[in-house]
Parts: sequence; structure tokens; C-alpha cells
Amino acid sequence: MTTTTTVAEPAIGGNRATRYGSISRGRRRTLHTSYFFLILFVIFFLIPPVYMLITSLKSSAEISAATNPWWVYHPTLSNYVDLLTQKTYLIFFRNSAVVSLCVVSVTMVISVLAAFALARMKFWGSATLATGVFLAYLIPDTLVFIPLFKTFAFIHDKTGVELINHWWVLIILLPTLTVPFCTWIMIGYFASIPKELDEAALIDGAGYIQMLIKIFIPVALPGIIAATIFCFTVSWANFLYGLAFTTSTDQLTLPVGIVTTLIRGDVYAWGEIMTGALLGAAPPLIIYAFLMDYYIAGLTAGATKG
Amino acid sequence: MAQVALRNIVKTFDRTPAVRGINLDIPDREFIVLVGPSGCGKSTTLRMIAGLEEATSGEIYIGDQLVNDVPPKDRDIAMVFQNYALYPHMTVFENMSFGLRLKKFPKAEIRERVQGAARILDITDLLDRRPKQLSGGQRQRVAMGRAIVRNPKVFLFDEPLSNLDAKLRVQMRTEIKKIHQQVTTTTVYVTHDQVEAMTLADRVVIMNAGRIDQIGTPHEVYHTPKTQFVAGFIGSPTMNMLPCRLVENGSGLTVRLSDWLSFPVPPSRVDRYRPQVSNELTFGLRPEHIIEGRGDVPPGAAAFDARLDVVEPMGMETMVYFVVDGVEVCGRVNPAAAGRVGESMRLVADLNQMHLIDPGTELVI
Amino acid sequence: MADVAARGVHVSAAYPRSTMHKLVRRKSTIAFLMTLPLITIVACLVVYPAFYSVSLALMNKSMQHFVGFGNFIFLFKRNTFWMVVQQTVLFAVTAVVFKAAIGFVAAHFVHNLPAKGQRKWRGMLLIPWVIPPAMSTLAWFWLFDPSYSAFNWVFVHLGVPQVAWLGNPYWARFAVILVNVWVGSPFFLIMYLAALKSVPEQLHEAAAIDGANWWQKIWYINLPMMRNIIQITALFSLIVTFANFDIVKILTNGGPVDQTHVFATWAFNLAISGNDIPLGAAVSLFMAPILAIAAFLILRNVRRRGTEA
Repeated sequence: MTTTTTVAEPAIGGNRATRYGSISRGRRRTLHTSYFFLILFVIFFLIPPVYMLITSLKSSAEISAATNPWWVYHPTLSNYVDLLTQKTYLIFFRNSAVVSLCVVSVTMVISVLAAFALARMKFWGSATLATGVFLAYLIPDTLVFIPLFKTFAFIHDKTGVELINHWWVLIILLPTLTVPFCTWIMIGYFASIPKELDEAALIDGAGYIQMLIKIFIPVALPGIIAATIFCFTVSWANFLYGLAFTTSTDQLTLPVGIVTTLIRGDVYAWGEIMTGALLGAAPPLIIYAFLMDYYIAGLTAGATKG
Repeated sequence: MAQVALRNIVKTFDRTPAVRGINLDIPDREFIVLVGPSGCGKSTTLRMIAGLEEATSGEIYIGDQLVNDVPPKDRDIAMVFQNYALYPHMTVFENMSFGLRLKKFPKAEIRERVQGAARILDITDLLDRRPKQLSGGQRQRVAMGRAIVRNPKVFLFDEPLSNLDAKLRVQMRTEIKKIHQQVTTTTVYVTHDQVEAMTLADRVVIMNAGRIDQIGTPHEVYHTPKTQFVAGFIGSPTMNMLPCRLVENGSGLTVRLSDWLSFPVPPSRVDRYRPQVSNELTFGLRPEHIIEGRGDVPPGAAAFDARLDVVEPMGMETMVYFVVDGVEVCGRVNPAAAGRVGESMRLVADLNQMHLIDPGTELVI
Repeated sequence: MADVAARGVHVSAAYPRSTMHKLVRRKSTIAFLMTLPLITIVACLVVYPAFYSVSLALMNKSMQHFVGFGNFIFLFKRNTFWMVVQQTVLFAVTAVVFKAAIGFVAAHFVHNLPAKGQRKWRGMLLIPWVIPPAMSTLAWFWLFDPSYSAFNWVFVHLGVPQVAWLGNPYWARFAVILVNVWVGSPFFLIMYLAALKSVPEQLHEAAAIDGANWWQKIWYINLPMMRNIIQITALFSLIVTFANFDIVKILTNGGPVDQTHVFATWAFNLAISGNDIPLGAAVSLFMAPILAIAAFLILRNVRRRGTEA
């Protein structure tokens, strides 16, 4: 028996490499290659947020001095202090927070009820309706905001109810973006609950609403959390509807506020802008940091549970 | 065709040893079966031969080549998986020809080989179907076809029949045996089912907790088990094992099982067992060697009466159970002669088939 | 009333007597009521505006009377319109292709890692998707700033000429696509990673034994088995990218000289800033056909997945 052979018989159909490394060395090489490219990807993906952070710690003097943009020589928290004591910014933050929380509540109630009905209580047209919900999600906000704008103006003319330039209008509008997808996610989760649970509950004497509250919601809780996170993120990040429907400074939500007001004329207060942007990105990022798995579950639920 | 050799193979997963030192020589064209309970290391050993796991230490030879560092695709082996592992998006033909297509075989030869294998396996009319349109047995055949087509040095089977229902399993067992007669490639077959091992193998390798307990032909491991484990593992129902003592009896020996039951040791074994007199031992006798008593008692056998505890009619035979000092003993009798529960029945034990086991070392004496 | 009980109706101690009561307690009624809010929202705020959009597009600027296809004819004659069509299509297709490629490659690399480490990397790689696009676009805007661009600073130090990221039309288009790819790739990564994990490892082992190397495994096994997810994700993304607003609006506002406008931003500018709502509506309607086709393909794909599983 030869103890060291590295020459193999050539396999049929072509010349094979005749040198073999160890299998584990091959696996280690794949691993190193993977890490190498992943580091490149991570650098690409993290440059903007990191740069936001770096800039936010610079005074405007340092920024205009045009020193190394990738390093902070005299870090300062003055931008943060300015923004957080500035009434306007706090108003933006408050508007966004209130709108998002309200939208989340409204959306979740509507979605859970509708999803339960569509997933479990088969009634005439439920399949069509479910497909219709899915299709509604595919209609983008950019297609719809113009007629909505006109409609609201029309309602204002006719009834005097001001629907434009009030932040609470967004509470009516944003659910259109969140309800279809959240309903879709919840249908998926509810459908995966075994029917035996329903039957056991019915025999125990539960009505449908009780079934929903006592069984479905607790069992599908991960799905509900995922949908809630998705809903919050979408509301918080919304830019178009805010831009189109609100104009006065005290009515703006955060994204719109930062983009439109911090850019005053020709002077861009970049330190403040980046700080504002970073703080604006903070709530979704924090939720993501703690609830990453639910976040991802919400993402994948839509397409894979479809 | 090639022989396979394993030298001092050890495999440790994260400090848990799965295989603790295996030495095995498989000559060319042999059908060898690795059998043992779950977790004994048989699948791990198979996967090391395939190259899907790397041995922590030791050498693996396929043919004359040391293959430890050779990736699976270059080892010239073929494997049939428990879950068939058929490519779901390819037709049966494409599944079977995949390996050849990768190696850029000419189309005509591919077709010839696939047709040939399909004929052997009787799946020629399934070549255009997809795996999800096939039954379990058909999928298994396609998996084997994929292996045959490659014409490799070694076939590896990883519990291929475990997913089939009992009847189909018996059928496929016979098929595999027939195929091996036609396509005589060296085969390493892993299973936890000792019946499969006994019916298919040229030689059986019984593994236990990462080590080989015994290698032998089915006949050898059945009649001359070397360890208690092998004795208990092979044979269905399992061998009866009872604590006993050897007692001097004139010029011979007696095996004393309890106050009311003792057997004379056959003369051929007296010398072998004499050193064990008055030690605590385990007595082993297969149920098929405890039969109904009728007329004369053949030499080497002993007759006795026992009160039947449980009677299980199996159709072709009836299993009777009786208790000896708290241990349930099983015998296999003709249904017509079987007694009734609670009644006493005359039984005959063929002591030429007895085994004595040292409880400390668990080796058969 | 045995038939009432048999219908699975809420069985209470006192049977409802009136037909109105019975109607209210029927399962299908309850179910319908539960979906009513959803239907209302979708009908009023999505379906109705979509149709109203069509009617608006047929009106004149002051919205006093119908002008038929006047707006459309006006658009077809304008050079800017065709530029916007071309830009939107180019933008959407290029971005989706790159997002899919990056997502596919990155998913394989992440899948190669030991299971415990994957979570960290996945966490870091998803961040562009978590940050509100408006905020991250601001960051890119700052990175591309004509005077202070951090990228140009590096270029200068490497001796490479500076780039007018947002001033030069071709670079501006590149920048817009780049930011969109940056924001959207993580979505593809996550979807493809999930699909990759659903490919049974034994298939890779069988392929390894059959003689496949790493790229053959990807080509013959991963790709075909991920085909469904790849299609659905690409179509979803196509819809979203096609209708994208935030990135272009903040980064270039369509400039320079309308060379980076897409349907959404141009429609916005025409309708809101330019005060010509019907024209804006007309422009935004052009998104509809592509969206309809994509939606149809997605539905067909989703239904096929349902039956195939």
C-alpha cells in the first residue's frame, strides 16, 4: 500500500488536476475567500451610515476646512445638542412618532381582523379578495398621490375640512401602504396554524372573535411582531406623502423636515443635516438591532409565504 | 472495480468521538454491510469513504490510492442516499446522466449507459418523468441507476431502504441482491436493519459505539458471535440471555439457570468452559433453538417443562414466553403443539447452539 | 333550531329570534364585517384614486373640462417625456440586475460561513435596507457634494481626476442607480439566502459525488432550484424600482437638466410644483402598464409555487 500518492489516474473526458490539497484546506480557502468578499460588501454597505456618524461629530468649521473627510480631528457633540434643543427638529420627531404609532395601531387592527377573516372564515369571494389585497400592495404610492391630492383639495373646497397641510392626514393615508402587505403577511401566518386548534376551540364553545383573541393572536405572535415592525418602518420612512401633503414647517414629519428645512438656501449645514439624518434613522435601526429576526421574517414572509 | 481499505480511522466531532479506530479490508467485488444501532458510526464511516467527511486520523485507500485528501468528485465512487437526493428539477434521464454530462461524455455513450442501467432496474419507461411523479420505490431505483451509470470503483449505500414501507423493502432487497450479481462492483452498504445485513452481505461488519465488534459472513456472525452485543443484535427475535453458573457434574458440566432449570453442557464444549466453573456468566440461546418437545430428545438437547406466560401466534410459528428467575425467555414452537397461557408445556433446548458470555468483558467464550 | 347550530354559528344560551339577528350572527357576515375596513381603505385610497387618475389625465390644466387625449399628445411631442421613459426603464432594469447579482453573490458567501457567524454578517449587510431611504440618500448626497465630496477627496489623493457626481448627467445617472442598488441589494440578499437554505444539502453532496465543482453546483442545482424566488423577487423589485421617488428626488431632483428624472419625480414636479395636476396624472399613468405586466407575472408565479410545493 503506498502511503503518499498525489497522482491520480486521469478521469475520462479530460485532464484532471493531478495535485490535491487536503479537503479541509480547500474548505478553508473557500472560507477565506468568502470572508474577503463579504468584508468588501460590508464596507460598501456601511460607508454611508459611518460617514453620517463621522460628519455629525464635526463642527461646521472643521467641515468647511476641508480636512480629511473620513476622520474627525476635533469631535464635538454640538450638532446633537443644537438639534435636540431646537424646537423645529423636535416637532418633526414628534410628528413622525405620533403618526407612526397611530398608523401602526390602525394598520394592525385592520390587518389582523381582515387576515383572520380571509385566512380562516372562508366566505364567498374571500380568495378573490385575498388576491385583490396582494394586487393593491403592488400599486405604488407614486401612482396614486396625485389624484389623492386633488381629491383632498376638492373635499376642502366643498366641506371646508382641511385635509392638506396637516400631519394627521398622514394617519389616513399611510395605512394604504401598510395594510395590504401586513394583511398578506398575517394571512400567511394564520393559514399555517393547524385547523385542529380551531375545531378544539369551537367545541370548547368559543366564538370567532374569541378564537382570534385567545388563540390566533398568541400563536401567530411572531408574525404580528414582524408585521408591526414592517408597518412602523414604512410609516417612519415615508417621504412622498409627507412631501406632497404637508408644507408648513410645524406639520412636517422627520424625513421631509430634514430634507426641506435644513437645506436653507445656499448654505448647507452639513453637520446638522447628517446629525438629523442619523437621528432620523435611529428608531428603525434600534428596533432592528433588538428584533432583527422578526424584521427579516417580515421581509421574507411576503414573497415566500405567498 | 477496486478494493477499499480503512486503516485506524478515527473521527471526532467537536470532542465527541463518532468513530474510534476502524480497520477494514474490503476486497474487490465484495458486498459488505456495515450494521449497527443509531449512532454507532456506520454512516460516518461511509461518508468518510465517500469524502463527505474528513477523517480526523487514519488512512483511507480506494484501489491502491490514498484518498484522504481527494475530494469526492475525484474518488470515482457513487452513492445512494437514504432520501434518494434526486435533482427535483431534472428528468430521470437527466438525473442519471448528470455525472456523465459533467465529465463531458459523448451523447451517444451517455444514452447507451443510461438505457443499459434503466434496463437492469426496469425503469426504461420512466426516463422522461420528474422525481415528484415517481413512487418511493421508483425513486430509489433511479438513485441506484444514477450510481450504476457512473461505473465507479465503489458503490456506497446509506440506508437506502429505510424510507420504504415494509413490503417494498423486502422486494427491493431482492432487487439489490440481483443487481449486485449483474453489476459486480465493490459495494459498501450501511443499514440498521440486521435482516437486510444478513440477506445482502457477503460479509457483515457489526459496529457498536464507534468500534467494530465483529467482521464475518452472515453465517459466522449468527452462529459464532464474538461479543454479547453481536449475539444480541443479530437474529430476530433477539437471543435469550440469562445469568447462570457453571457447576461440575461428574465428568461434565451443568449450566445452572435457576433452582428448577439446569442444562447439561455438550461434551464438545466441556474443556472450553471448564476454567469458568463457579463464575457468574451469561447464558445465551436463540428462541429458534427452544422448540416443542416431542418424542425423543436429540443428542446435545435437553427437555424441560415451563409454565407459559405469554403465547403469541404468528401464523407460521408461535412464540411462547416463560419466566426463569424473573427473566422472560422466548421459544419458537409449531403452532399445533403450542400450549396455553398458564399451562405447563414441554420444551426442548438445543444446547449445541448455546453461548456463554463473560459479563465483565462481554465476550463470548 | 338544529340548522342554526349546524352552520357553526355562535351558539348562545338564548337563540336569536329575528332574521336580522340571525343575519348578523352568520359566519360569512361576521367575516365580511371584519374585512370591511380593509376593503374600505383599499377601495377609497388605492382603487378609486387609480381610476380617478385616468379621468384627471384627460382634463385640461385648470381642470375645468375634458381635453381627451390632449395631455398625452402633448407629452408624446416633448423630448423630455421620451427622455424620462428611457431613463426610468434604464434605471429600473439596470438597478434590478445589479441588485440581483450582488444579492446572489453575497448570499452564497454568507451561506458558506459557519452557521453561528452568519447572523452577524447578515445583520451588518441588511443595514442599508433598514435606514429610511430618505436619510441614506442625504448621506449619499453629502458624499457626492460638488465641493466637499469625500470620494473626490480620496481620488485627489490617489492622483485620479475628480468626478462631478451630480453635475455631469452620465455620472448623475450612475449615482442614482448606485444609491438604488445600495438600498435594495440587502433585500435580494435576504431572499436569496432564504432560498439557498431551502436547497437540501444532500443534493450538493450527490452532485459532489457526481463530479461537480463549485460553480457547476451553483449552475446546475442552486440556480434552477432558486428560480422561482429569483423571478418573484426580481419582479417585486422591478415594480418598486420603477415607481421609485425618494432617491431621485433628494439626490438630483431630476437634474441636471431633467436627465435623471423618472416617472414618479417628473409627475410630482409637474403636478405639485408646476401646478398642472392633469399633466402629472398623465405622466404617472405611464407606470401602469409595466406594473400590470409585472403584477400578472408575479401572480402567476406565486400560484405556480403554491401548486408545485
